[in-house]
Amino acid sequence: MTGPVTNESRTGEDVTTALLEIRGLSVSYDTRGGPVPAVRGVDLDVRPGEVTAVVGESGSGKSTTAHAIIRLLAANGRIDAGTIRFGRHDLTTLSEAELRTVRGAQIGLVPQDPSVSLNPVKRVGEQVAEVLRIHGLATRRTAPSEAIAVLGQAGLPDPATCARQYPHELSGGMRQRALIAVAIAAKPKLIIADEPTSALDVTVQRVILDQLQHLTEEYGTTVLLVTHDLGVAADRAQRVVVMSQGQVVETGPTRAILEDPQHAYTRQLLASAPSLTTARPAATVSTSTADTATAPLVEVRNAVKEFRLPRAAGESRTLRAVDDVSFTLHRGQTLALVGESGSGKSTTARLVLRLTDPTAGRVLFDGADVTTARGAGARQLRRRAQLVYQNPYASLDPRFSIGEVITEPLRAFKVGDRRSRLDRARELLDRVALPASTLDRRPAELSGGQRQRVAIARALALSPDLVVCDEPVSALDVSVQAQVLDLLAELQADTGVAYLFISHDLAVVRQIAHQVAVMRSGRIVEAGTVEELFTHPGHEYTRELLAAIPGGRHASPAAEPTTT
Amino acid sequence: MSRYVIKRLAQAVGVLWAAYTVSFLVLDFLPGDPVSAMAGAGADSAEIDPAQLAALRHQYGFDKPVLVQYADYLGRAVRGDFGDSVSTGRAVTATLTDALPQTLQLTGAALLLAVVIGGGLAVLATYTRQRWLRQLLLSLPPLGVSVPTFWVGLVLVEAFSFRLRWFPAFGNDGLRGLVLPAVTLAVPTGALVAQVLAKSLLTALDQAYVETARAKGAGRWRIHLRHALRNASLPALTVVGLLVGQLIAGAVVVETVFSRDGLGRVTAAAVTAQDIPLVQGVVVFGALIFVLSNLIVDLVYPLLDPRIVVASSRKASFA
Repeated sequence: MTGPVTNESRTGEDVTTALLEIRGLSVSYDTRGGPVPAVRGVDLDVRPGEVTAVVGESGSGKSTTAHAIIRLLAANGRIDAGTIRFGRHDLTTLSEAELRTVRGAQIGLVPQDPSVSLNPVKRVGEQVAEVLRIHGLATRRTAPSEAIAVLGQAGLPDPATCARQYPHELSGGMRQRALIAVAIAAKPKLIIADEPTSALDVTVQRVILDQLQHLTEEYGTTVLLVTHDLGVAADRAQRVVVMSQGQVVETGPTRAILEDPQHAYTRQLLASAPSLTTARPAATVSTSTADTATAPLVEVRNAVKEFRLPRAAGESRTLRAVDDVSFTLHRGQTLALVGESGSGKSTTARLVLRLTDPTAGRVLFDGADVTTARGAGARQLRRRAQLVYQNPYASLDPRFSIGEVITEPLRAFKVGDRRSRLDRARELLDRVALPASTLDRRPAELSGGQRQRVAIARALALSPDLVVCDEPVSALDVSVQAQVLDLLAELQADTGVAYLFISHDLAVVRQIAHQVAVMRSGRIVEAGTVEELFTHPGHEYTRELLAAIPGGRHASPAAEPTTT
Repeated sequence: MSRYVIKRLAQAVGVLWAAYTVSFLVLDFLPGDPVSAMAGAGADSAEIDPAQLAALRHQYGFDKPVLVQYADYLGRAVRGDFGDSVSTGRAVTATLTDALPQTLQLTGAALLLAVVIGGGLAVLATYTRQRWLRQLLLSLPPLGVSVPTFWVGLVLVEAFSFRLRWFPAFGNDGLRGLVLPAVTLAVPTGALVAQVLAKSLLTALDQAYVETARAKGAGRWRIHLRHALRNASLPALTVVGLLVGQLIAGAVVVETVFSRDGLGRVTAAAVTAQDIPLVQGVVVFGALIFVLSNLIVDLVYPLLDPRIVVASSRKASFA
């Protein structure tokens, strides 16, 4: 069946015939409670040479659809109906052996999380070469050098060194580039990129997406881009497919979808995407309580934190994670620390919470010097300063009931008796808009957004003066992000709590913060109010961060993808 | 790397010292002393001249204060001298080194069988797509762990020596004589290897990098052996290091059942006779073998897992 018949001449119904044509695809997962449908009757076309984005929240079935194409579903996943035409084949009918000639060779996959998607015990070069070896595109002798060439194409600066390294020796962005190298090595016609950048910093995200776009333009590769971020889709895709609850609710050219969304769900998605809403003033961020005349709640003066790097045998190198950082935070206010991973923002927060000792400098809490607070003093500080972590999936003890989770700080400080603590937990749940019945449930039974609400309730249990929020919404879906941010703002207005808000995402910061400090390499490069920073960014790095916010391009006439 | 080795060596010495000290204390607390046990062999101890006993005690140093005895023995033990056996009068070190080769043969063969059969079982059980076969294979390790070693030995002897007459039932002669004892000893050991490896293989096959490999077009066999197995072998390797201790303990039973000479039988005899110097020698010797095998495991680790060496310098990592 290898006749030279082109698709155009066979069907000829459209100007461009789809490279990938999905019709009526239904996928379900077998669970203990019976089969659960994940994808229901999806139709989807991917045209050659284009970037098609599939957008939706987690649970919308977008990732399942992407994986069903190359039949890489979880063991309990099953394609119930539908056809997936790719070239001349229907992928749903291929045998496992036939599929292996498609996977890697004709369809490449860029996975979601670069930190776990490379084999930790194999060299990067080996892992790229493997694709070429599997498909007989290189011999044992030529594969290593070709792998290096592919790593170079994927945008790695020193591909020869990189090929000899192990995954843990590379940064997240470099790992994702290595995975892109794996995906493009065999020059496939189609690349499926499953949330390729959601685990990366914004600036790195931009570089990676640029790289993908560059590759598609240079080699004419078609891309199916799965993302929860409409901003990313707006920047990179020619066509957008919006999915919700296992179904396609809207599909069309990117511009049309963004400017004239037909479906209510698309409109909702557009409204909640932080990157696409220009200067959406978070409705409830209080501006009046800014009483800067009184003494600040937190004052950090010239804080320095150094870590010793024991790797170097001869001289002992040190790393300055926090370098001469000073700021003040007033009651009822939110200060956002913005920067990439490794910029020192988390370490700064740890200094404020006295989870780590500064090498130099002072930390004042409510006027008292807590720089060297130990024992009772430090414990008192714990009571007044609480923390909300980034990952609500990991920060709640899976064996605790929600009631136990929320009352734990109360028990730790021996506040009240059993009954009054439960009353407090109920009140807190009400505050974070969760039903009282949540009390007896386990974290695993809740969604990510609900879990983060529980984490917030726990942080508020002791009525603290300060809550440090470490990337509190970056693990959540966009629409849920907006709800959690609104909740945080509302709680601040009610209780007067101050937030130290850590984020890499300027779009999120704009919605919640009063003051912003931009950090890079341990230093604060620019600080000011949100309005100042967004309208007149002074530092070049701030401008870079602002430019990296996805979705910025669609405002300009960016129908042509060749604007780079 | 060198610092890693030095650290591990220092730990090994510490473990040996602790083994010596603990065994010394335990033996000291036991009622009766080896001299009365020795003298009482075959006769009522009341009939023996107390003066003679005292002289013997003096000869072995049992009349000195415990701490002095301890210091004395430790000082000599460091130089490899564990004194003389109370029951035979031979030097403890010589007795042990004579018995060692037989036991090393036995445990070495058993370890090899355990790793090959246990590992093979785990790979097969996790590879097969036949549900019943997987269930069957995975139910073997718990069975292997739970049946007593001496019973396995007796059954094997009954079947292969008395009925089929393939292998000798006892003795130390040659490779044929090694088969049944080695298999007997390998059963519980291999079962543990299989259990741990199967579990970690299933975990490894669930990892994201396996999906990456599948997306490359890799076949199941390639994914199993080249991607999952190497990652899964790390926990299994730890278990193998620990199993060496179990093998030495198992040798006591197996060597008794099959009437083989070796460290195990020396141990059994020494304990029965309350031969304190010999028991101490056995304990320290066993600890030495255990420590050495775990040292080897520790040194192999970085070869299998490139992250290990770096891990020691990672403590100062920051968020």
